Amino acid sequence: MKKLGILLKGIIKENPVLVLLLGACPTLATTTGVISALAMGIAATAVLICSNIVISMLRKVIPDKVRIPCYIVVIAGFVSVVQMLMQAYFPDLYDMLGVYLALIVVNCIILGRAEMFARKNGVIDSALDGIGMGLGFTLALVAMGSIREIIGAGTWAGIELTALKPYAVSIVTAAPGGFLVFGCLIALVNKLTAGKGKKEFSCEGCPNASSCGKTSCESEVKEDENK
Amino acid sequence: MIKDLIVILMSAVLVDNYVLNKFLGICPFLGVSKKSDQAVGMGVSVIFVMLVATAATWPIQTYLLDPNGLGYLQTIVFILVIAALVQFVEIFLKKFIPALHKSLGVYLPLITTNCAVLGVTINNISDGYTFVESMVSSLGCGLGFLLAMWIFAGVRNRLEESDAPECFKGMPITLVAASIVSVAFMGFGGIIDKLFA
Repeated sequence: MKKLGILLKGIIKENPVLVLLLGACPTLATTTGVISALAMGIAATAVLICSNIVISMLRKVIPDKVRIPCYIVVIAGFVSVVQMLMQAYFPDLYDMLGVYLALIVVNCIILGRAEMFARKNGVIDSALDGIGMGLGFTLALVAMGSIREIIGAGTWAGIELTALKPYAVSIVTAAPGGFLVFGCLIALVNKLTAGKGKKEFSCEGCPNASSCGKTSCESEVKEDENK
Repeated sequence: MIKDLIVILMSAVLVDNYVLNKFLGICPFLGVSKKSDQAVGMGVSVIFVMLVATAATWPIQTYLLDPNGLGYLQTIVFILVIAALVQFVEIFLKKFIPALHKSLGVYLPLITTNCAVLGVTINNISDGYTFVESMVSSLGCGLGFLLAMWIFAGVRNRLEESDAPECFKGMPITLVAASIVSVAFMGFGGIIDKLFA
C-alpha cells in the first residue's frame, strides 16, 4: 500500500508540473502539439527512472559534498543515451524536440527528485517514485498539449477535428498561448485543491537552495496569498 | 560581416527572445523577477556566464570533440564545463573583485542549472556559427534575457497590487502577465527582415 502511495503521489498530489511548478521550460516549449508533448514526457520519464535507480544505488558511495556534480553526470549520461536512441529510431521526433531534449539535463524535476527522494530511499522506492513523477509530468504535458493543439490548430495528435478546424486560434500554439494555458491550468488545479491544505514544500528538492538563501519558495508565494 | 553580426544580435535580443519566445530560462524569469534590481543583477550575471561559457564550449566542441568523433559527449561535457566555469568565476570574483562578487555572487550558482546558458551553447553549435558569431549570439541572448527580466519586473510590481481571483493569485496570474508581455514581443517578428533585407 505504501508502495502504491509512492507511485500515485507524483501523478496527482505532488504533480511536478502543476503543483510543484518544476520543469516549466519543457512544459511550455514542447506542448505545441500532443505528439511532441508525449515524446518529451516519455524521454524525461525514462531519464528520471534510470537516474533515480542509479543514484539510489550509489547513495552510500557518493560523498555528500560533491553530490550535485555527481548527480548531474549520471543524469547527463542518461540524457545522452536517450538522445542517441531517439536520433536512431525516431529521427522526426528528435528534430521536433531539438535542443529541449538535451536540456532534460537541467530539468529541475530530475535533479529535484534525486535530491529529495532517491538519495534517501531504496532502489525500488526510488524507481516507483521515478515512474510516478514521470507519469505526472507526462500527463500534465499531454493535457497541456491537447488543449493547445485543439484550440490552436483544430487537430489532436495530427488528427483533424473538422468541427473545430475553422475556429482555430493560432496564437494558442505560439509562445504567448503557452504561458496563458499554463497559467490557467495551474489556476484550475489551485481551484480544485483549494481548502485541502496545500502541502509545504521545502527547499530540499531545489538545486538552488544552497545559494538562494530563502527558507522556502512556497512560503514566499503564501505570503503573497495572505496579503 | 558587420551586418550579419548585427542581424544575429538583434534577432537574438528581440525576435527569438530566449525567455519569451523559446521558453529557455523560465525558472529565473519567474523566480527572480520580483524586484527590478534583482532582475537586473540576474540578467547581468547571465550575460557574463553566457559569454564565458560560449568562449569555453565552442573551442572544446570544434577542436576537441568533433575531430575525435566524440560529438555525442556534447551534453555531458557542456554541462560539466559550465558548472565548473561558474564555480571558477565565483572563486575568482570573490578573491579579486569582491565588490562585483557582492552584487552578482548570489546569482552565480543559480545559473549553473539555468537552461538558457546550456541552451545557447548548444544552439550556437547546431546553428553552425563561427566563434565570433557565437559570441555575438550569446551576447544577444543574454541581452534579450536581461530585457525580458527587466520589463517583466516592472509588470510584476503592478501585479502585486492587483486584485486577482483567489485561485489565480501567485504563479497563475504571473504566467498570464508573461503571456501578454510575450504578445508584445511577437510584434518584433519580421522586423529584422524588413530592416536589413
